[in-house]
Amino acid sequence: MYRIALKMLFFDQAKFFGLVLGVAFSILLINQQMGIFLGLLSRAGAIIDDTPEANIWVMDPGVKNLDTVFPLRDIELGRVRGVRGVKWAVPYFKSMATVRTATGELESALLIGADDSSLIGIPLEFVLGSPEDLRRPDAVAVGKDGFGKVWLGEEISLGKTVELNDRRAYVAAVVKDSPKFTSAITFYTRYTQALAYTNNGRNQLSFLLVRSEPEMDPREVARNISDQTGLMALTSEEFRQKAVQYVIDNTGIPVSFGTVIALGIVVGVCVVGLMFNLFVLENLRHFAVLKAIGIKNSRLILMVGLQAMVVGFIGYGVGLGAAASFFEFAGRDPNFAGFFLPWKIAVASAGVAAAIIALASIFALRRVLVIEPAIVFRG
Amino acid sequence: MGQSFYNGKALLNALESELAVCCRGIVKDFGSGQALTHVLRGVDLDVRFGEKTFLVGQSGCGKTTLISIIAGLLTATEGSLNVLGEDLRKLRGGRLVDFRSKNLGFIFQQFNLLPSLNAAENAAVPLVGQGMAFSKAVKLATEMLEKLEMGVHARKYPSQLSGGQQQRVAISRALLHNPRLVICDEPTASLDAEAGQAVMKLLSTLAASNDRAVIIVTHDTRIFSFADRIAYMADGKIDHIESAETLSNNG
Repeated sequence: MYRIALKMLFFDQAKFFGLVLGVAFSILLINQQMGIFLGLLSRAGAIIDDTPEANIWVMDPGVKNLDTVFPLRDIELGRVRGVRGVKWAVPYFKSMATVRTATGELESALLIGADDSSLIGIPLEFVLGSPEDLRRPDAVAVGKDGFGKVWLGEEISLGKTVELNDRRAYVAAVVKDSPKFTSAITFYTRYTQALAYTNNGRNQLSFLLVRSEPEMDPREVARNISDQTGLMALTSEEFRQKAVQYVIDNTGIPVSFGTVIALGIVVGVCVVGLMFNLFVLENLRHFAVLKAIGIKNSRLILMVGLQAMVVGFIGYGVGLGAAASFFEFAGRDPNFAGFFLPWKIAVASAGVAAAIIALASIFALRRVLVIEPAIVFRG
Repeated sequence: MGQSFYNGKALLNALESELAVCCRGIVKDFGSGQALTHVLRGVDLDVRFGEKTFLVGQSGCGKTTLISIIAGLLTATEGSLNVLGEDLRKLRGGRLVDFRSKNLGFIFQQFNLLPSLNAAENAAVPLVGQGMAFSKAVKLATEMLEKLEMGVHARKYPSQLSGGQQQRVAISRALLHNPRLVICDEPTASLDAEAGQAVMKLLSTLAASNDRAVIIVTHDTRIFSFADRIAYMADGKIDHIESAETLSNNG
């Protein structure tokens, strides 16, 4: 009977494709929107991800996210280094800067100043150049995606100069960094060099990057730092969570994406539900014939269930494939860099597809089960 | 007394063994209260093995309701019903469906073929429903269609067949699983005279056997010559029954 069920399903191709597209559209929307949403959230903690050497971040107690920085006094570095369990602590500078692009336009850029001696705070992956190149005067590294924004359409290369806050900067390296929430262009340089670009004098310490001793729990070390210095010390994961939570709590992004996702689910349920009902309704007389001939309700349930499952599987596959293609192709555009399709969302959306199919088939099955087989004798 | 009772029971058994269907006092009501409609008002009808019993009467006299009850698709409000030796009123749920699946064949006015299946697959549905492998059932159905000179059309879909060809597929579907009772609802109503005669000849040849009974509901007087008995219905009852002899005597 299952082959008969499948032949019934595939016979009306327009309806079959409509059903599949209904599920696929829903799955595409859920995965694409969730992928972008999570990608955006991950940008909130991008510089933490790019600094894996540090496992504790120290900052002013008033800091709520990575983009609102209250400078620390320079002496805090020494105090933090003196806390038990701290293996090392280095300064970290972060500020916005203005850059003039190759076409003469002004763009906002992120300027990161990493510890002069260790260069901790510079992304680890160098596309061109090396960390040692950053020790030269006016040397900066630029993020790969940011390079494309400043020198539009040009191949990435070294040796270019750029105006950074009206001062000359020389591109000595190109690094692979994570896309940021606030700016598409990021320049990395030494801490003292970064201070020179901003020209704001002393006490410009944005954060202190700390590594705890291997035998110590980073959370305990962070507590020690907070207790002894009065500063806020968070593990990298805690700080990342805090930055992400700030975006969730203080922007309309979750509501906006949540609305689109909910609409995707509602449209999926409605379209698939209605079309599947229509499909069953049009085949109701045939189901009645099967009942009259002697096919039990239990087998009819399995037939309709199989039809629904096939629609669900194919629709899910098409939708997921479309979402994956989106991230694959759109991800090549720097504006979409870092957006991805998490496997957990793919699995969760399979649950949504199953729910859509279950709802649609339950309503449709009701009609099949209550249909009187005696209608076959009516003209 | 005892001897005569024994003889009477034996006679009854002998009679019943010749009967495919035995209806006594069948009543069927639809609705309730003000909307109560008495469709069947005490039908007594015997259908014998080896015979084609025609059920005729004006529209609304209860023919379709009666065959629906005989087929186990509707339940009688009152009365006793014995079909192929089974008290149909005692069969419920899965047992009733199994009984229908194994013993009954249906031919409908509108053919009721599944448009998504080709001729052979349509004819194979009852066997597949009984659990036979799809390919094996289709092979048997194709052989059956070849007997009906429909072999070349076995892979055609209903939309590619004429009315007469579709009804031949429906006959194959009704007979392929070798049912003991075949119920036909207006089998020639959608066909022209020539196709109707051809279908009835086929039905007479294939369906008629000593261990099978055929009930045909029809308005088509052109096919009355194929009947062994004709039961005339009026107002929810059997008005009178004519046998083949009476029919031939009347010309």
